[in-house]
Amino acid sequence: MTKSLSIAVVDYEGGNLASAARAAARAAELSDIAATVSITNSPADVRNADRIILPGQGAFADCARGLESIAGLKDAILTATRSGTPFLGICVGMQLMAERGLEHGTTEGFGWITGEIAPMDAPGLRMPQMGWNELNFSHTHPLTDGLGAAPHGYFVHSYALRNTKPETLIATTDYGGPVPAIVCNGNVAGTQFHVEKSQTVGLQILANFLTWTPETLCDVYA
Amino acid sequence: MLKLRVIPCLDVKNGRVVKGVNFVELRDAGDPVEQAALYDAAGADELTFLDITASHENRDTILDVVSRTAERIFLPLTVGGGVRTTDDMRRLLLAGADKCAMNSAAVSRPDLINEAAQKFGSQCVVVGVDARQTTGGKWEVYTHGGRTPTGRDVIDWCREVAERGAGEILLTSMDRDGTRSGFDLSLLKAATQAVRLPIVASGGVGELKHFVEGAEAGATGLLAASVFHFGQFTVSQVKTALAEADLPVRPNPSPFQAKSRT
Repeated sequence: MTKSLSIAVVDYEGGNLASAARAAARAAELSDIAATVSITNSPADVRNADRIILPGQGAFADCARGLESIAGLKDAILTATRSGTPFLGICVGMQLMAERGLEHGTTEGFGWITGEIAPMDAPGLRMPQMGWNELNFSHTHPLTDGLGAAPHGYFVHSYALRNTKPETLIATTDYGGPVPAIVCNGNVAGTQFHVEKSQTVGLQILANFLTWTPETLCDVYA
Repeated sequence: MLKLRVIPCLDVKNGRVVKGVNFVELRDAGDPVEQAALYDAAGADELTFLDITASHENRDTILDVVSRTAERIFLPLTVGGGVRTTDDMRRLLLAGADKCAMNSAAVSRPDLINEAAQKFGSQCVVVGVDARQTTGGKWEVYTHGGRTPTGRDVIDWCREVAERGAGEILLTSMDRDGTRSGFDLSLLKAATQAVRLPIVASGGVGELKHFVEGAEAGATGLLAASVFHFGQFTVSQVKTALAEADLPVRPNPSPFQAKSRT
């Protein structure tokens, strides 16, 4: 018998945590994976988790500040990911993986993904981008297995990753040009769209995340 | 390409779904959680709950409805009605809402929009604007379910809520609501030209072509209640009509494929 998979949804007042936790629990249930999902701000829980999910909503700077306001939490994420724990950032949680964010001043991110989070241009289009947009895959990846034809994700954002390395881009979406939608570097991955609100597409990605065994470590740790 | 959003709206009173004609003579038609699950399976792109008893009565029933819905469906959910404070919003968001629509409270105290955007992010702040046509191609903002005139110009108000940090506008034509004679297209055109925010059109849908017209007038979200609720159209029929007019719609997602843990 396999032990229950522990999933830490990091709580730093950064967003709709309950939805992310419910979706992760549902993905586990649909896949017959025994899992314990906790919404937690405890550094020990994060260090000991088998999987880390970092949701995020609002502004990059506020989320980064929220994360740093809880003693030891950011360090716990860094320690765990350095030791190989698979990590999934969602929306601003994904944006925090970049080197820096430019929303409300310049703020440092985790630095796992090359590039910065800048305002989207998208001339002639509504801002924020709000709604379902198609994922265009640049690489095959275990996280995107089984999504079927023309999968869509639910996006809500007006800032996006730019100047990143092509090899970290798993998928983009088109909003006045290609916009990073799924990124990955070794054991850390992120989705700009809301997997917890993207019906079976999101549940499938979460289920893939729960069964994912990254082959490499994030290269900034190499 | 971003797809148009087809958004069934459930008017909820005391935890039950109702839909009225011009906001009176409500007819009871079901359990909101069951309805939400049906719309989820039918390909809805988002759902909206409008708590129409909120201004008058106990509104905790909606929290339970939201929470039970969010347990079952993984689709964006907007909840409006009686949202007066950022505490009201917090409760709804914690229960599982993704966006909160504020209307009367935003008109009486516009700073609420700024506070909500600051606290929770623009992405979850929807401002509901109820519009009634006046003269000379203008519209006036109404509140309290369309009963109270405010003297505010709708287009000016749309610009102001955008500046204050709203993430979306839910624009309802009170003249058209319940009439099934189509969206107020001049209103939609004026509003979508005035602001860059996404605008959800509401009020008046009675035929499939009305959805097409609303999208062509600039709305990126198309909300309807009774045509779905009483089974006049399915979400899928609406999407087919939009697609036939060369408008972008989301195909239904593939079914979940179970993974086994290795």
